[in-house]
Amino acid sequence: MFDVQAVKADFPILATTVHGGQPLVYLDSGATSQKPRFVLDVERAYYEQANAAVHRGAHALAEAATEAFEQARKGIAQFVGAQAQDLVFTKNATESLNLAAYAFSNATAIAQWDPASVDSRFVLKPGDSMVVTEMEHHSNLVPWQELCRKTGATLRWIPLTEEGRLDLSGLDSIIDESTRVVSVVHQSNILGTVNPVRLIMDRAHAVGAIGVVDACQSIPHMPVDVHEVGADLLAWSGHKMLGPTGIGCLWGTTDVLSSMSPFLSGGSMIEMVQMDGSTFAAPPQRFEAGTPVVAQAVALNAAVTYLQALGMADVAAHEHALAGYALEGLSRLDGVRVIGPLSNVDRGSAISFVVEGLHPHDVGQVLDSRGVAVRVGHHCAWPTCRRFGVPSTTRLSPYIYNDESDIDAALEGILAAQSYFGVK
Amino acid sequence: MELDSLYQEIILDHYKHPRGKGLLEQPLGSAHHINPTCGDEITVQVSRDANGGLQIGYDGQGCSISQASASVLTELLTGHTVAESQKAREAFIELMHAQGLSEPDEEVLGDAVAFAGVAKFPARVKCALLAWMALQDAEIKAGLLSKGEGS
Repeated sequence: MFDVQAVKADFPILATTVHGGQPLVYLDSGATSQKPRFVLDVERAYYEQANAAVHRGAHALAEAATEAFEQARKGIAQFVGAQAQDLVFTKNATESLNLAAYAFSNATAIAQWDPASVDSRFVLKPGDSMVVTEMEHHSNLVPWQELCRKTGATLRWIPLTEEGRLDLSGLDSIIDESTRVVSVVHQSNILGTVNPVRLIMDRAHAVGAIGVVDACQSIPHMPVDVHEVGADLLAWSGHKMLGPTGIGCLWGTTDVLSSMSPFLSGGSMIEMVQMDGSTFAAPPQRFEAGTPVVAQAVALNAAVTYLQALGMADVAAHEHALAGYALEGLSRLDGVRVIGPLSNVDRGSAISFVVEGLHPHDVGQVLDSRGVAVRVGHHCAWPTCRRFGVPSTTRLSPYIYNDESDIDAALEGILAAQSYFGVK
Repeated sequence: MELDSLYQEIILDHYKHPRGKGLLEQPLGSAHHINPTCGDEITVQVSRDANGGLQIGYDGQGCSISQASASVLTELLTGHTVAESQKAREAFIELMHAQGLSEPDEEVLGDAVAFAGVAKFPARVKCALLAWMALQDAEIKAGLLSKGEGS
């Protein structure tokens, strides 16, 4: 197991203080992770030593930049057990999921005039259905709602149990012969629940649907192999796994990616352009229109190197222990209710809770005044909040650089908030 | 950070003991506003009393700042004219954007001067403004204020 204090020392921002000298206790990694010096140094070195336009230009820097970019693609793909040619870079996971949804709406639109040029698996019509869960982040919900509005298809969702897990009792009727796409979250950003995505993907494939997984909260926190997940498409972001902002990933099977219509079009994604029409490059370039996210990819690959050195199994074990410690600590506080699984089984370390008589914004404010950074609000999972009858929650989401003392600081902050507002 | 500069006694008092909370039986105009970043919601309604003054009703859920702000506003402006409510709203918006540097006019703002400290917490300014903007919308819907007149 890695040394948490040594890890912490790798992150310059964690040595800073806030609000006039309070040491920073950062427990908002579910929103975005902090970045180790190594990642920052690699991004800087790229700009100082290799920066140039990739995939064009016949000069030394262009070659160095292209080499760095494609090596990064290889490294990031290997991190999830994939081949480089199946990994598409986007600007964030939201774009990755939109890219997937637009493959359907674009194919549906094109099929009206030129059905032979699109893959019929992506052509939707009224009567078709698509399936999500009741614990999706808005980024894996709204694009599918929009796809329904454009095509007349119907959105269905897998409901939740009181404990905050998927209620799979009706799975075979929710995902049925009408279902064309199933898109589910691997690990919930608000509840912390880790979902049995393999089982759901297998059901999707049994009815001939395309399977999509939102892996934003799983890939940074546990070992993930795309082939074990069993999806056709898998989306995640770079900035939640020690990488920079401005980069997202979409992995897909060679078959599905090569059957998809382009999302953004323009330079770099074409095969041949003439005034009366164009043909498109093979994936991944087909989905990377314009100047790609080169420095971000190089830095994300450095983040992957850093995580691999720690070992993802150890990362998961570390977070599992912290989740257990936090769940136990929260259970000892009067008036505190965890929203999400109470048992530390098939759950990650993101833990949402509400404090009786206190609004999450006010809890977060008191924690912030003590240097403790948490997320408050609906966590872009508003329907999930409604499902549990709360307008919003406070969320702790620790990572590799947090230890039990950070959880203690949060627990003490909750007591301080209760005392400040006189609810206890 | 000085929590007490945000959570003034007056604000906490209005939060714990909201004044005039509840919806009107026959509103002339009603507006439902939400803060999409945190999910807070408020409905503000307006009507006229026998003397032509404003009647205000509200209901909602949210943090101490948003709920206290609705209570303060209702207590301050009930029975007043639309022009007075417009003047107070302009003063309140100015206060919220002053980053704690402005000297609020207590005659115009009453208890709402206690929100001066909120302006130093950018993330909470929206909470404080929620009810005030809903009131403006309700006045427009009631035909008491034209769209161009809004703050």
